[in-house]
Amino acid sequence: MTKTTFNPTRRGLLMAGGAGLLTAALPSYVAAQGAPIKIGFQLHRTGIGASYGRWYERTAQAALKLINDGGGINGRPVEILFDDDATDPARGAEVVDKLTQSDGCEVVMGTLFSHVVIGSAPRAAELKVPYLVCSEGYHVASGMLNRWTLQPGITDVRSQISAMAPWVSANLGKKVAMIFPDFAFGYDHRDFFTAAMVAQGGEVIAQIAVPPTETSFTKYFAQIPAETEVLYHVMVGPGVLTFVKELGEFYGSGAKPQMFGFIDSLEAVDTATPGLEFLEGTHFWEAHNRVKPADAGEHEAAYRAAVGVDDNGASVSDAADVATYSHMFSTWETLFAIKAGMEASGYAGPADRQKFVEAMEAMTDMPYGIERPQGAKVFNGKTHQVFGSQNISQVQGGKLVRVHQTLMEDGAYPDAVDYTTMSF
Amino acid sequence: MAFGPFLLLALMEGLVTAAVLALAASGLSLLFGVMRVVNVAHGAFFMLGAVLAWAVDSVVPAPPALAFLAALVIAPLLVASLAAVADGLILKRLNYDPEATIVATIGLLYMIQQATLALYGPNANPVTAPFELRLQFPWFGYSGYKLFVVVAAALVLLALWAFMTRTKAGLIMRATQVDRTMARAFGINVDRVYMGTFALGAALAALAGVLIVPIQQAHYLMGGDPLLLSFIVVIIGGLGSLRGTIVAALIIGLSDGVISMFFSPTLAKIIATLLVAMVLVFRPQGLFGAKA
Repeated sequence: MTKTTFNPTRRGLLMAGGAGLLTAALPSYVAAQGAPIKIGFQLHRTGIGASYGRWYERTAQAALKLINDGGGINGRPVEILFDDDATDPARGAEVVDKLTQSDGCEVVMGTLFSHVVIGSAPRAAELKVPYLVCSEGYHVASGMLNRWTLQPGITDVRSQISAMAPWVSANLGKKVAMIFPDFAFGYDHRDFFTAAMVAQGGEVIAQIAVPPTETSFTKYFAQIPAETEVLYHVMVGPGVLTFVKELGEFYGSGAKPQMFGFIDSLEAVDTATPGLEFLEGTHFWEAHNRVKPADAGEHEAAYRAAVGVDDNGASVSDAADVATYSHMFSTWETLFAIKAGMEASGYAGPADRQKFVEAMEAMTDMPYGIERPQGAKVFNGKTHQVFGSQNISQVQGGKLVRVHQTLMEDGAYPDAVDYTTMSF
Repeated sequence: MAFGPFLLLALMEGLVTAAVLALAASGLSLLFGVMRVVNVAHGAFFMLGAVLAWAVDSVVPAPPALAFLAALVIAPLLVASLAAVADGLILKRLNYDPEATIVATIGLLYMIQQATLALYGPNANPVTAPFELRLQFPWFGYSGYKLFVVVAAALVLLALWAFMTRTKAGLIMRATQVDRTMARAFGINVDRVYMGTFALGAALAALAGVLIVPIQQAHYLMGGDPLLLSFIVVIIGGLGSLRGTIVAALIIGLSDGVISMFFSPTLAKIIATLLVAMVLVFRPQGLFGAKA
């Protein structure tokens, strides 16, 4: 048997090396007038956030179509480049890198899961690329991230909770047991809801953390104290259906506490699924009502038609494909916020990225419109966080029906950071 | 909840964990015992069983019970054939070299996982349980199907034991396990025994996947935890020992149930892993394993 070996000459090596250097030195994109504005989208296409990713992509595509039909941004067509972060922080940072450096995107937007956002934001700051997240977590407004990271499309958990805790304590009970995912997003729930209940004269008597990759939940339910008046539950990941089903089995036909859940526990899950009958009469937070309320705003129908969702919150082409309706509007609203920011800053290319962030920081009032189907919002440029109103729904006849809507000021809290004083 | 009911629930949950673990780990243990192959793709076979159960469930236009019965037969058979093919195409060509097969089965794991992701998608899909039965205790409700899983796993393990000790095929497998060269000298086709063993081990993992899917939902990443726990179980029980595997599965499953409930699930995992380390240090052959 003969063996061929790799036997390079010195000249060959030098030439190959030189060619490599030349390729690396080539500009990765050439900005030209009239060329499309590329927006990178860090997407949970796979991994534990996949059900969100599926709907985030559809919603962003629908918003993109509307923007392009209206003439694009600054007279230029817009293009979105989706890239899968596998709902993984390390991969998330790589995706930000790739979208910015290799694909030549002007800004990067998208992702939901807080550990991915927290893992990716430092890379965005290093690359000095605006990073617009749709993650709900308090990590933006807390000052944990940086000047390049903004959240203009969805209210953060701290504000959501502050707005709803008074209603929970007044209507459901004072002694609360909490079940939440064992990572940053869940800790926001734990910390701020506990504090908000104490402020209302209530008490959180148990805090039960569940890893988001968990597949079996009964063992956690056993830790719910018997004297619990209200069970506060929020769960994420592919196991949410199992979570609610096992919760139903656990209480069965016996006595059960009042329940207040974040719709996260049921996102992409049909409320009429067999085994979920026990949810009848329980309450949920919803940012955006899955079942179209009778008094919905004038743009609700157009938004639903654009993203392909029926009045029950399921895909128009497949009634079993339930939307992540209370979260996906954030990608739509973020895209329109990017449009507004680019127009205000006269954005022309990557050299204007800093001007774009400054224009975003200058935003305040964001009125209700087709750009903001979830409702009017106010943007706080100092904390890089947007604030809107929240809904509390009750399961009635297997459907989520809105019973209360909070005011924007209900969710106010003092600023924890002023990003505008930080350097770029 | 009072101590009594609390313990009852902990033990029931632990028993379900133990049953599924025993099934999955016995396949892993069999592979190692007979073939000396550490199969890292075992979790992928488990996942494939669950995903195929979903596929059968959505294709067969029958009531849930019948569709589930069909899945119980079809999914392990399909996974077993895939394993047999993988054995012929990959493991046999590596001469079952211990190090090479570890790397090869890591590759197999990724191939199966990514193929599932491409064909089945990233979503978790539920499979209807064959029957709806909720046991209502005075303190809590419990799924009747979960107890069925325990019974079914016990029956399968009993059948496996009978197969290994009472049939000619089992005798041949045990002979190959004891001395491969001598078995060959007696005219046993060792290659075929290996292929059959690999297929049987994969089928056991797939069966565990089918049984668990009405409780958990089918998802392409679901094989990770069972793989880790199966390794823990076979290391504690002793690689290659069916009895050790079952005893270890009971220890790990029940302690997981009880510790998870009285303390925390994270602590249960920590203790299980610590136990493995202790076993490896003080009794490397495992509780019931033969000295190498």
